[in-house]
Amino acid sequence: MEIAVVDYKGGNVQSVLFALERLGAQPTLTSDPEVLRKADKVLFPGEGEASSAMEALRAAGLDKVLPTLTQPFLGICLGMQLLGQHSEENDTPMLGLLPFTVQRFVSDATHKVPHMGWNNLQALQGPLFAGLTDADHVYFVHSYYAPVGVYTTAQSTHPAPFSAAVQHGNFHGVQFHTEKSGAVGTRILANFLDL
Amino acid sequence: MVKKRLIPCLDVRDGRTVKGIQFEGLRDAGDPVALAARYAREGADELVFLDITATNQRRKPLTELVRDVARVLDIPFTVGGGIGSVGDVEALLLSGADKVSINSAALARPEFIADLARRFGSQCVVVAVDARLVNGEWQVMTRAGTVATGREAVAWCREAADLGAGELLLTSMSHDGTKSGFALDLTRAVSDAVPVPVIASGGAGQPSDFTDVFNAGGADAALAASIFHFNETALPALKHYLHNAGIPVRL
Repeated sequence: MEIAVVDYKGGNVQSVLFALERLGAQPTLTSDPEVLRKADKVLFPGEGEASSAMEALRAAGLDKVLPTLTQPFLGICLGMQLLGQHSEENDTPMLGLLPFTVQRFVSDATHKVPHMGWNNLQALQGPLFAGLTDADHVYFVHSYYAPVGVYTTAQSTHPAPFSAAVQHGNFHGVQFHTEKSGAVGTRILANFLDL
Repeated sequence: MVKKRLIPCLDVRDGRTVKGIQFEGLRDAGDPVALAARYAREGADELVFLDITATNQRRKPLTELVRDVARVLDIPFTVGGGIGSVGDVEALLLSGADKVSINSAALARPEFIADLARRFGSQCVVVAVDARLVNGEWQVMTRAGTVATGREAVAWCREAADLGAGELLLTSMSHDGTKSGFALDLTRAVSDAVPVPVIASGGAGQPSDFTDVFNAGGADAALAASIFHFNETALPALKHYLHNAGIPVRL
């Protein structure tokens, strides 16, 4: 199985590569549209700031390529947010594959921003979460979030519910870091590779 | 809801894990790769990996060791010690670190925090603050705790958060290695002053110290080294203790 990890110089991809290798995969880190089109699975890790990430995608021509992919696709963290329409982070237009606007968390005395740490998943739907329950925890680090909508396949709360995972067709996204979420994250990555 | 985190700290010198009493008189505590894997298995929520001699001896952080640790680790992982440039940070992130912890360089050039936040995102920028209680005031120390900066701890924490730190690692040097409990007043003052998560460090000796730092101190995470390294308090037992005490933890 050919597994491509999108390389757009915008995020820390090493942890994702190591996690895939622990599952026995041999991922290819690439920004080549042909390699991406031919891959059986595409993973899209993201970290950092939304407008710089979109600029990096445009510079590599990937803003036009990614939306045309037809194989199972997994956006992680900022890689999930970029699937939406727009982000409040520096008023940034995104890839527009899913109908959400990314918003900023508001901190209060007991809810810090970034939302950082292990939180449990709720309202799990779909094949990515096969074998998991509402008691399972995954690792989040983010200051912006996608609201809950028809596309939501898992929720978490901080303090209100938000989208921990989204899906539209072949495009899947997870706000948490599958590659840093222990056995639970490993199961979700394995479920993705099984799609 | 997001859970309170327990973070073993691997202080590393010359490729071995060590832990000192108030930063001096170091004892050997083992192979960092083996320790990292063991902690992940036992339910550590994150790890911090500090190259404790890097700042004073101006050595580069140990990117090779970072890579070895990251290869086996499926939980988040922060690296600190001697980080002074954007290039240092890039090398560590490319080796598999999830976050970096900066200390002396941030005190020397506070704009370094903003540079890193812009380049890599706040989520990977941890500012470590070493504080010592001097005449009733918490003073910030630099260069592995050896030099006073004249800055007051809460004010510096607020400034660091404003500049783009995504998290603060707050160590009481007056408590570090003493096993007399965390600095609760300092932790509470910082936690109330900043919107970002605060990791409390220094002084963990028994399970009730953790209950106190989460409840009275308002900490989001607690970091400790020796009580974990020397099997004085096992992580799974500590997590169950905290759960039974009403602290939200990941079991």
